[in-house]
Amino acid sequence: MRRLILIAVPYLWLLALFLVPFVIVLKISLSDTALAIPPYTPTLDLSAGWQGIRDFFAELDFENFVWLTQDDLYWKAYLSSLWIALASTAMTLLVAYPIAYGMARAPEEWRPTLMMLVILPFWTSFLIRVYSWMGILSQEGFLNQFLLWTGVISDPLQILNTNTAVYIGIVYTYLPFMILPIYATLDRLDISLIEAAEDLGCSRASAFWLVTVPLSKNGIIAGCFLVFIPALGEFVIPSLLGGSSTLMIGKVLWEEFFSNRDWPVASAVAVVLLLILVVPIVLFQKNQERQQEAEK
Amino acid sequence: MQSSTFEPWNDPEATPLIRFWNVTKKFGDFTAIHDLSLEIFEREFFALLGPSGCGKTTMMRMLAGFEEPTRGTIELAGQDIAHVPPNKRAVNMMFQSYALFPHLTVWDNIAFGLRRDRKPKDEIAARVEEMLKLTRLEKFARRKPDQISGGQRQRVALARSLAKAPKLLLLDEPLGALDAKLRQDTQFELMDIQEKTGTTFVIVTHDQEEAMTVASRIAVMDEGRLMQVDTPDRIYEEPGSVYVADFIGDVNIIEGRATPQGEGSYRIDWAEGQPPLTARSERRLAAGQTCYLAIRPEKVAITADRPADAANAIQGKVHDIAYLGNLSTYHVRLADGQIIKAQTSNRRRIARRQFTWEDTVWLSWTATAGVLLEN
Repeated sequence: MRRLILIAVPYLWLLALFLVPFVIVLKISLSDTALAIPPYTPTLDLSAGWQGIRDFFAELDFENFVWLTQDDLYWKAYLSSLWIALASTAMTLLVAYPIAYGMARAPEEWRPTLMMLVILPFWTSFLIRVYSWMGILSQEGFLNQFLLWTGVISDPLQILNTNTAVYIGIVYTYLPFMILPIYATLDRLDISLIEAAEDLGCSRASAFWLVTVPLSKNGIIAGCFLVFIPALGEFVIPSLLGGSSTLMIGKVLWEEFFSNRDWPVASAVAVVLLLILVVPIVLFQKNQERQQEAEK
Repeated sequence: MQSSTFEPWNDPEATPLIRFWNVTKKFGDFTAIHDLSLEIFEREFFALLGPSGCGKTTMMRMLAGFEEPTRGTIELAGQDIAHVPPNKRAVNMMFQSYALFPHLTVWDNIAFGLRRDRKPKDEIAARVEEMLKLTRLEKFARRKPDQISGGQRQRVALARSLAKAPKLLLLDEPLGALDAKLRQDTQFELMDIQEKTGTTFVIVTHDQEEAMTVASRIAVMDEGRLMQVDTPDRIYEEPGSVYVADFIGDVNIIEGRATPQGEGSYRIDWAEGQPPLTARSERRLAAGQTCYLAIRPEKVAITADRPADAANAIQGKVHDIAYLGNLSTYHVRLADGQIIKAQTSNRRRIARRQFTWEDTVWLSWTATAGVLLEN
C-alpha cells in the first residue's frame, strides 16, 4: 500500500501538471476560432447528455494542423528556431568549456567561489537581465559607446534587434546550464590520466582531444540538451532582443495567441513544438541513464 | 638474473643510464630533494625506498618529466633531460592508480602510445599482440578497464608502459593496490618481465619487502636525501646508519661507548651492571666514542643456560612472545628495562615451546653478528 502511494504521487503530479494541460491544449488545437469567451468552439456541454458529447467530438478536426503546412511562416519559423537553437548551443559550448575547464583546474579553495559566480546571475530576475542587455547592445548602449571611445569603430553598430543579439542573449542566459554539467565531469577527471597520455607521447593539445574531451563527453551532451531544449521554444529573448526579421516559433506562438487571438492555431503550434521537443528530451534521458549506468 | 656477474655499479668503466648530478627540487619553501647525486645502470631493477614524503615520488616524477629540478642536471644516456617534456622522453611510467583510459579498450590502451608515434597499423597490431601475450591478457583485449579485475588492470598498465619499448620504465608503487597474495606473485612476474625485456626498471615503493624481493639495488631515502644505495643483502646486513638499519626489517639498537681492543675489535660498555659487549667492525672508532650496535633479532640466540663459548651473553626475562607461525619473536626485558628482541624459527610444535612468559633466559650472539654504527 505504501509503495502504491509512493508511486502514485509522481504520477498524479504528472497527470495534473502535464497531461491534463496537454489534453486541454490538444483539444483547443482541434477546435475553431469563435468570437466568444473562450474564443473557440466547440465547448463541451454535458447537460445535453450523450448527444452533446457526440456533437462535441464531431466538430473537432485537424484543420489547424493543415493550416500550419499551408502558410510557410510556420515551417520557416520552426526551421529558423531549430537553427538558432543549434547554433547558440554550439556557441554556448564554445564559451562554457574553457570556463568549466578553468574551474576544474583552479585551486581547490577557489572552486566554491567560482561556482558561486556562475550561479550568481540567477539571483536576479531573468527579465531584468535581458532588459539590461538592451541597455548594453542598443545604438547608444554601453558597448557602442565603449567601442566608439576606443576608436575601434566610427559609427555605432546595429546589434540590438538582430539575430546577433538573440545569440548573445541565449548564450548568456543558458551559460550556467552548460558550465555545470561539464564542470562536474571535468572535476572528476583524474589528472594522472592526462599525465599518462603525455607520458605516452601526447602533446598537451592532443592529450586534451584524446583524453579530456572524450571523458567529458557526458557532461557536454547533458549541457547541450539543457541549452538546446529551452532555447528551441525561447520567447522572451527573441522578442526583446531580436528584430522584426528574427523568426522563432516561440515568438510566432505568442503573436498567434495575444495579437491574433487565434487560440486554436496557437495551440496547434504549441503541440507541434512539443512533438519536436520530445526527440531531444528522450535522447537526453537516454544519455543520463547511460551515464548513471556507467557510474555504477 | 645473473646476480653473481651483473654488478655494473662496481665496474668503474660502466657508464650509467641515468645520472642525477646535485639535483635539488623545491616546492615553494619546501625542499623535496636535497642536492642529490645518483647513478642507475642499464638493465638494473632499481628501487627507491622510503617512507611517504621522503622524496621518492618526486625523483620519479623528475625522471618522467612531470617535474623539473630546481637545480642540477638529470642525464639519460648521456643527454641532459631536465627540461625535456614527458612526451619527448624515451621514458614511460606505470602509474600508481594505473591511469588506464576508461573510454578505451584494453587493446586501445596498449596501442595508445604506439599510435602517437604514427607507426604503421600492422606494426602497432603486432606489438600490441606481443604485449598482450607477455602479460597474459589476450582474452581481455576487447574489454574496457572497468570490466576486468585489479590484477588484470595492473598488467594492462604494465603492458601499456612497456609497449613503446622505453629505455627506462618507471613504476610508482606498482603493486600497492593488490592484496598480499597477488602482490607476491606479481613481484616475481615483474622480475620475469624485466629480465625478458631487458628494460631498466626504477620502482618507487614504501614496502621494504617488495624492494628487497625485486630490486638489484635499493636506494633508501629520507627527507629528500639518499641514506644508502646498495644491494638488498648489503642494505640488510651492513646498513650504513641507524636509520637504514631501523627502516629495513626488525633490529635491536644498543647504544654504548666503544673502546678499541686490538685489530678491528671493540669493547662496548652499554649499561651499568652489565658485562661489556664485543663486536668486530671495519669502522674506525675513537676510544670512548658513542656508538650503536645494530643486531637483527634472528642473529640473537635464546637459551635457558649461559652458552659457554658466546662472545656476548646477557640475561633477561621473557616479556612478550609474538607468534608468527613459522617464527616466534621473543621480547626479552633486561635488568635495566631495555627490551631485546630474539627470533627463532618454530621447528617444534607450539605445545613443546621451550620458553614462556617471565622465564629467565640468556641471549647470546657472536662478535660479528651485529653492525657497529656511529650515528
